Amino acid sequence: MNKETCLHDRHVALGALMSPFGGFDMPIQYAGIVEEHNAVRNHVGVFDVSHMGEVRVSGEDAEAFVDYIFTGNVAALEPGKIAYGMMLYPDGGTVDDLLVYKMAPNDLLLVINAANIDKDVEWINSHAGKFNVTVDHQSDYYGQLAVQGPDSEATLRDVLHLECGDLTFYTFKTMDLAGETIIVSRTGYTGEDGFEIYASHATIVSMWDALIAAGVQPCGLGCRDTLRFEVGLPLYGDELSAEISPIAATLGLFVKLDKPCDFIGKDACARQKAEGSAMKLVGLEIHDRAIARHGYEVLDGERVVGHVTTGYRGISVDKSLAMALVERPVGDLGHELQVRIRRKVFPATVVTKKFYKKSYKH
Amino acid sequence: MSKVIDGLYYSETHEWVRVEDGVGTVGITDYAQHELGNVVYVDMPEVDDEFDAGEVFGAVESVKAASDLNLPVSGTIVEVNEALIDEPGLINKDPYENWIVKVQLSDEGELDNLMTAETYRSTIE
Repeated sequence: MNKETCLHDRHVALGALMSPFGGFDMPIQYAGIVEEHNAVRNHVGVFDVSHMGEVRVSGEDAEAFVDYIFTGNVAALEPGKIAYGMMLYPDGGTVDDLLVYKMAPNDLLLVINAANIDKDVEWINSHAGKFNVTVDHQSDYYGQLAVQGPDSEATLRDVLHLECGDLTFYTFKTMDLAGETIIVSRTGYTGEDGFEIYASHATIVSMWDALIAAGVQPCGLGCRDTLRFEVGLPLYGDELSAEISPIAATLGLFVKLDKPCDFIGKDACARQKAEGSAMKLVGLEIHDRAIARHGYEVLDGERVVGHVTTGYRGISVDKSLAMALVERPVGDLGHELQVRIRRKVFPATVVTKKFYKKSYKH
Repeated sequence: MSKVIDGLYYSETHEWVRVEDGVGTVGITDYAQHELGNVVYVDMPEVDDEFDAGEVFGAVESVKAASDLNLPVSGTIVEVNEALIDEPGLINKDPYENWIVKVQLSDEGELDNLMTAETYRSTIE
């Protein structure tokens, strides 16, 4: 039985195509993926991302604890800032990728993927014993909206009366809304400027209603995936997994090997960084209209050298594109490979995964 | 409300067939194109390829996913709709006008295994 977000009846009323994702019955599309994708690239769109999980870690060891289970450097983060990184297994495989909001010194909010909530909460609790911390699982309290696109700052101001021009990329603030404390961050998963809002279910529902009434395009998980894909952002389960380390996913930038403490997975990542991981995530441009989907084989001549993790006909970029995990030696830019798509094999070239340029407000 | 045209034969996997002089013209139904959303690629067979009834002869790709195309009747491909190579979205505009393949039927009796417009209409309501 799939869970429902606080906006489930709104999605049904809007005629959304609904489908299970991460244990929730979620909207895939309303008007259509292409139309919603373009609304976010060119104007603004709103996503229900209430399926995301939230875990609050506080107490005198909160920073030391999260720094032990997380690849980012939380101790060095200023309050009001956000770190992206991963929780890792000792072998460097990825438990989840997440955001850490520094609410205050030793008061941290971890935002985790819906599909991993149970696994992550168990993982976090299983390592908390040695630390003086309180782990509070708050996923059932928070609803979450993502307002994304170049017009998102104006939309927050004009429709929701939230003045957020002072926020820069990967910062947040708490705001008082009729006695309720909400969190607004300048973050997202689309490659565009945008905000994410965390609040009670009642507040999220009333904000959603106001945005829809103002004509903001409701956007489903379908275009959330095409948008993140075009700017090379990873999705846990595709580009990161228990088998795929952040080093293999070319996300080493988010693994702070130089932070002054040990963390789970550090040794494995240090070794992979020094020696090169066996596999490497690359971008592929397929020289045909055919589309390479998750799991399709990547070939170097006769030999299978990897598999596709995500593939689309680009919407903002009119090409057949894919991200693929391939053996490191064949993953250099410009390398000519092939992809098997059903019964045919098509030529493909290794290209940068940043198929489309991000537009963040730094 | 999806459009269903009288006089065509329909498969359970949402393909239609129009038969003239032993040649079947095959496409996907309005219901199917609506369920798929924006079609971005049609994977078509080659002329002279032979398929059995129900066999996968190609695929239609929407933004989100690939869906197999099943040939409703056995036969040999005699023509593919090359307009769909450059403009796969034609299927969304009119899935009955924009057919996918033409097939020389090997057994017209197989048409009896397909649905009439009336029956198909009742399955998608």
